[in-house]
Amino acid sequence: MAYTEQEILAGLADIVSEETGLPTDSVLPDKSFTDDLDIDSLSMMTIVTLAEEKFDVRIPDDEVKNLVTVGDAVSFIATAQG
Amino acid sequence: MSSTPTVVVTGLGATTPLGGDVESTWRAALAGRSGVRTLENDWAEKYEMAVTFAGQLAVPSADVLTRPEMKRMDPSAQYAMIAARQAWADAGSPDADGDRLGTVVASGIGGIWTLLDAWDVMKSKGARRVLPMTVPMLMANSPAAYVSIEFGARAGAHAPVSACASGAEAIASGTQMIRSGRADIVLCGGTEAAIHPLPISAFASMQALSTRNDDPAGASRPYDVTRDGFVLGEGAGMIVLERAEHAAARGARVYATLGGVGITSDAYHIAAPEPSGRGQTTAMRFALADASLGPADIVHINAHATSTVVGDLIEARGIRGVLGSDTDHVVLSATKSMTGHLLGAAGAVESIFTIKALVERSAPPTINVNQPDPELDVDLVRDTPRALPSGQIAAINNSFGFGGHNVALVFTSV
Repeated sequence: MAYTEQEILAGLADIVSEETGLPTDSVLPDKSFTDDLDIDSLSMMTIVTLAEEKFDVRIPDDEVKNLVTVGDAVSFIATAQG
Repeated sequence: MSSTPTVVVTGLGATTPLGGDVESTWRAALAGRSGVRTLENDWAEKYEMAVTFAGQLAVPSADVLTRPEMKRMDPSAQYAMIAARQAWADAGSPDADGDRLGTVVASGIGGIWTLLDAWDVMKSKGARRVLPMTVPMLMANSPAAYVSIEFGARAGAHAPVSACASGAEAIASGTQMIRSGRADIVLCGGTEAAIHPLPISAFASMQALSTRNDDPAGASRPYDVTRDGFVLGEGAGMIVLERAEHAAARGARVYATLGGVGITSDAYHIAAPEPSGRGQTTAMRFALADASLGPADIVHINAHATSTVVGDLIEARGIRGVLGSDTDHVVLSATKSMTGHLLGAAGAVESIFTIKALVERSAPPTINVNQPDPELDVDLVRDTPRALPSGQIAAINNSFGFGGHNVALVFTSV
């Protein structure tokens, strides 16, 4: 069963909020993980690992650097779950 | 300028099975309460464990820390952080030069929850699910590193590991950092978070633990003839050590002076204490000499006394060996009777008890001693606190660890 982009955004916001303490409504598609949400590389890898499990997708390690914004991650997951 | 700096204690912090801070812990200790209770989970049944109780934290760390802090720190680092923040605030949150501020935070076992949780995840879900924070959370220096980051302490962050002497060794190391001129202030102490079915079962398989499952609060009974092993506890104790002139210059409240440090190793056995207690007595002698004190100056000892059949008496005999007839005016407290054995945190939490005893002139009780061991030849404080004399007084805190690590610390009143 595929998740909608809306569901992916909500699920990702939960993961980011758990990891960083940021409110879920601050995790918006146009936000940059590093510049806006102040997420370091270890936290980013944690978020990726948790997102892989939650959405049952594979996010290759060399793909993570392309996930600049929350929207990039949502799109990647939406496509990857195919 | 050539003389060795005097080191004083200006801040205290703790989270223990008796309370979420120093004051509640100390009041519970004076009241003779036990922090030991039956495990609040299904481990005993699930794993057929021989021991079903422990000294669990009175205030869970989740009640104090934020969710992201809980997720990024192993419980051992969580407890250390809670105690360190308290100690720092208690010291008046000094406006410290980070280059002259150090941390020494010890743990006997380290991030065992993180390690075993990660292994459980890997076994059930595969290697890809192992989280990237696993190593930073499980490494033994993680509590020291987190505390150094929290307070901007750049004079060095250390993590001595010497089993149940670790917390005392951290305080000894902090003292040396100030004496050698490396730091003006050191946040130091110990932490332990090993109430997990594996370490409980591993200690039980050594027959080191009390199996008094039907009476958890009565299980830790140092010097009682029916003692049958120690009770595992968890928590952290942190103290702020400071160069005396530095403390005076900022008008800090001073609890006590850390007068002397004595450290030896048995070089005898990986777990058993050396029967003559030579290493222990030498550590006490070194600490007294380091403090320029004699046996007549000591009025109180917070014993290591874990409630094991062999260990308790070796220490007690050693105390008489060191202090001779002056042992007669010393009162001995075995506070593990109330907290259980906090392993790497024990030396730090018990240093705090020792310091509080000097400040309040009151030695905490030793509970559960219904029939004192007839071989015990030291005045044991039982059931209710005992007043300590006025004037200049001094006390020893002993900590000994598996592997033959012996640390004695001498504190003096101000």
